[in-house]
Amino acid sequence: MIFFYANSGRKDRSKKASYIGLCVGGLCGFNFALLIPGTLSHTFNEKAMEFLVCISKAPDTTSRIAFTEGDTRFNEEGVQFIVNPYDEWYALVRALELVEAHGGKVVIASVGGADCDPILRKALAIGAHEAIRIDANPQDAGQVASELAHYAKDKNFDAILCGKETIDHNTSAVPAMMAEHLDVPCIALATSLDYEGGKAILTRETASGIEKITVQGTFVLSAAKGMAEQRIPNMRGIMAARSKPLQVVAAHGATAATSVDRFVLPSEKDGVKLVDADNPSELVRLLREEAKVI
Amino acid sequence: MKCIAFIQTKEGKATKASLEAAGLAAGLGETAAVVSGDLEGDGGLGAVGVSRVLQAPGNLDDSQLARLIAAAADQENANIAVCAQDHLGKAVAGRVAVRMGAGLIAGVTESPSEGRYTRNVFSGKAMAQLKGATDKLVVTTTPNAIGLPENAGTTASVLPFAPDLGSSKVEVLEAAQPNSGDRAPLPEAELVVSAGRGMKGPENWGLVEDLADVLGATTACSRPVSDIGWRPHHEHVGQTGITIRPNLYIAIGISGAIQHLAGVNNSKVIVVINKDPEAPFFKAADYGIVGDAFEVVPKLTEAFKSL
Repeated sequence: MIFFYANSGRKDRSKKASYIGLCVGGLCGFNFALLIPGTLSHTFNEKAMEFLVCISKAPDTTSRIAFTEGDTRFNEEGVQFIVNPYDEWYALVRALELVEAHGGKVVIASVGGADCDPILRKALAIGAHEAIRIDANPQDAGQVASELAHYAKDKNFDAILCGKETIDHNTSAVPAMMAEHLDVPCIALATSLDYEGGKAILTRETASGIEKITVQGTFVLSAAKGMAEQRIPNMRGIMAARSKPLQVVAAHGATAATSVDRFVLPSEKDGVKLVDADNPSELVRLLREEAKVI
Repeated sequence: MKCIAFIQTKEGKATKASLEAAGLAAGLGETAAVVSGDLEGDGGLGAVGVSRVLQAPGNLDDSQLARLIAAAADQENANIAVCAQDHLGKAVAGRVAVRMGAGLIAGVTESPSEGRYTRNVFSGKAMAQLKGATDKLVVTTTPNAIGLPENAGTTASVLPFAPDLGSSKVEVLEAAQPNSGDRAPLPEAELVVSAGRGMKGPENWGLVEDLADVLGATTACSRPVSDIGWRPHHEHVGQTGITIRPNLYIAIGISGAIQHLAGVNNSKVIVVINKDPEAPFFKAADYGIVGDAFEVVPKLTEAFKSL
């Protein structure tokens, strides 16, 4: 505990309170021991960082995709829901790494009903400090972005991190929409985020390759491969997550501007047509005369 | 109905993905285009049905581009804004939707029918048909999904356009180094030759490149191959890499894990070459050859050469 106070002494009172909360919550000395070397190596005048990581619930990659109610709703029966992988592997883990290096906390937020709580607990188990669930049943990306931005707007986060897209709707729209609501830059498809002398240094994917940039003030990013590597929560993290704060806040009443009329499953493929390995000319003929793609 | 199309350019010409977006817009109603930066003539926009082009200064960030597009929509009384769902489109379209108070339908794969837009969901395993609930709509188009209209127009007039765009909070420290050389960028490529661990090592990629060269195709790879550094990350196609939908995707020595399929399953024709007849990729393929890549690929390259 002595080390703990020495470490948090440079933070303001509210930050100290959040660490005490964690300590009471069951994170044992081992984790603090991991945290301290990173923080001590940094100067004491460095500001503790606060990140918001936006988390979405998504069906597991291997889920059977089927629809119900006249093909208007995704059939959730028997589907395992997970933290959207890009939110978890890239955005959350990078935010945790930065807080481990610079001090501070990671808040996670999701827009949804009580069925989102298990995925928020999973993210807390990986290491996030606090969870916020904005209580709504969102119907499109615009509604999600409006609710998240409304929550974030007075909180002065250093950065807001999202995954590059969700694996169900694949829209990639929420980060840019949030950024516009908050009037801050949106760094889409960011592949790294570091702080040098208090300045955010990022790389991002562009049409012509990887670009290195710096951003003034707070910003929203959508994280792509390269940002961080997946972390598996350990038993200690899972136990600690049970008593970390998960706050449910009321939605501010954003509405959807688009609606799904109908879902359609692609038509089945005819099956593969095999060509003899000794006769690749036959494949060339098929691609030319039958498939007409060359 | 009036539309505004946001166009990205490369060396003064509209990118293919942007032309597709403009073509979709022109099919919906009178369409003006807005461009940031240099343009050679009308950039090829008249030919896809654009009536005039608003040309603004270059080097704008995502926030400035959103202001630019919304200002152009305002000036043109357009209620639909269209752009490509590419790197920049993903950073900008959502912003434009918020500025315009519009709904966003991202990554559409065909022209709308009775106001319903079709897009892929669940990583290409299903499609959704959506409609807007507001008068205004922002639509982005998946590259290489929508064909270009033929002889839709002639030449578009080009007018300078300089609304107030505010200042940028983003500073570029190191510009991107173009990475695909003479080959088409992967998201726009019509022909793609891709290979995986079956190639046994980076030194054997000459076989893959020879085949790509003879076809004029872009090369790609599977995740394990980019993870172990045999090939650069920007070539990685799949769920965590780039999602593509070329006319022809040739997969060599790739088993076809579900995460890989998620990035390529909308290719029009898939050819799989694998020595394991049980490789799951054969189930998603149109044509297949069961055989050793080191024997099959050079023969296939020769066969294409003799066309």
